[in-house]
Amino acid sequence: MLNKKNKEALFNPLSKDNPVLVQILGICSTLAVTVSLEPAIVMGISVIAVLAFSNVIISLIRNTIPSTIRIIVQLVVVAALVIIVQQILIAYNYEVSKQLSVFIGLIITNCILMGRLEAFALNNRPWPSFLDGIGNGLGYTIILVIVAFFRELLGSGTLLGYQVIPQWCYDHGYENNGLMILPPMALITVACIIWVHRARNTELQEN
Amino acid sequence: MNKNSNSYQIIYSAIMVVLVGAVLALIYMNLKPKQDVNIANDTRSQILSALHIAVASDDEIPATYEKYITQDLLVDLEGNVLDSAKNCAFDVDMKKNMKLDENERQLPVFKCTLDDGSVKFVIPVYGAGLWGPIWGYVAVNDDGNTIYGADFSHESETPGLGARITEDAFQDQFVAKELYQDGEFKNVSVMKKGQTPTDGSDYVDAISGATITSRGVGAMMKQCMAAYDPFFKKLQSVTE
Repeated sequence: MLNKKNKEALFNPLSKDNPVLVQILGICSTLAVTVSLEPAIVMGISVIAVLAFSNVIISLIRNTIPSTIRIIVQLVVVAALVIIVQQILIAYNYEVSKQLSVFIGLIITNCILMGRLEAFALNNRPWPSFLDGIGNGLGYTIILVIVAFFRELLGSGTLLGYQVIPQWCYDHGYENNGLMILPPMALITVACIIWVHRARNTELQEN
Repeated sequence: MNKNSNSYQIIYSAIMVVLVGAVLALIYMNLKPKQDVNIANDTRSQILSALHIAVASDDEIPATYEKYITQDLLVDLEGNVLDSAKNCAFDVDMKKNMKLDENERQLPVFKCTLDDGSVKFVIPVYGAGLWGPIWGYVAVNDDGNTIYGADFSHESETPGLGARITEDAFQDQFVAKELYQDGEFKNVSVMKKGQTPTDGSDYVDAISGATITSRGVGAMMKQCMAAYDPFFKKLQSVTE
């Protein structure tokens, strides 16, 4: 079940082959949903689910797909999957579907999905593809959560909506940094994480 | 078989589209009744939330709604009541209603009686945010002037920015704001923190980082509430 190759598919995306830090995929949604922690976590879970299942489906039909229209096939699979999930949520869990509604578009256009389908699922069997989907989804979620942690803490003084910076700090002149909730700071935060990550993983550095 | 031949590609994509379309249609048709119930309940809970009534579970929403919303009204631009049949206001599609010609519009109002016997009027509002529609419900006291509560929703505003119009911190600002200043309809403005409106109207703070959505809320309030001016005036003349 978990031989060396499968382990690599699952664990490499967490750090050494992280989709955001190393493959630089999914940056647009990293900007959009990391203002606070909660949407970042919701988005992360959605991407893990959609990525894993679209990887499996594409992997199952990989031998029938004509290479000239493979991108369209991938797109149709991803879009159909996301819409099915959304419709089921509206019917059975309306609260969650309301929170997710904005993410639907972001998931479909997330470059990580197409990237993994193209690079992995088209050439591998379903089980490794499933693990690769989970791994990359997790790698993406970790970065989202780290970025959102700093942006929500410094930008709004809260975490998951709860006030963590005590009132006396504000009384003594502390101010929330309004810049943190604007998109540019997401890029700068991601860049700082990439910087630290590369400094610690010397094999990733270009000469 | 040659997978890259034209006929294979055309047949493959045709089958794929038909298959996916059929699956989606099937799922949609099967889930539609359940979804409609959820959406109607969500609307009801938004109206209740504008009245500061919390409902513990989804199952209780219809009963609670029936208890507090005592009458649906449709009024015209002169403030005359046109219709007061059950659910006549609830069934109004605000999106279509807003597009109608001014003179054809029938304005929905929900008349509510709270536990303490006070009467509130809930006005639905509908407008545009940054990415998609935004809407809400504004509860006005029976003096036709003071806002009792407000609830806003959106379809696709940015989470953490524009989407914060749904949070209590933003909505509660509207409480006790007055629509009229010195007997003149002024509305409630949404202003950047630290600024004040030039026309002397009451105002609330916009959400930082969500300028367009905040402006959208301001514009929505202006456009939708103004149509009720004669209706509010009538309420005022009754209470005076």
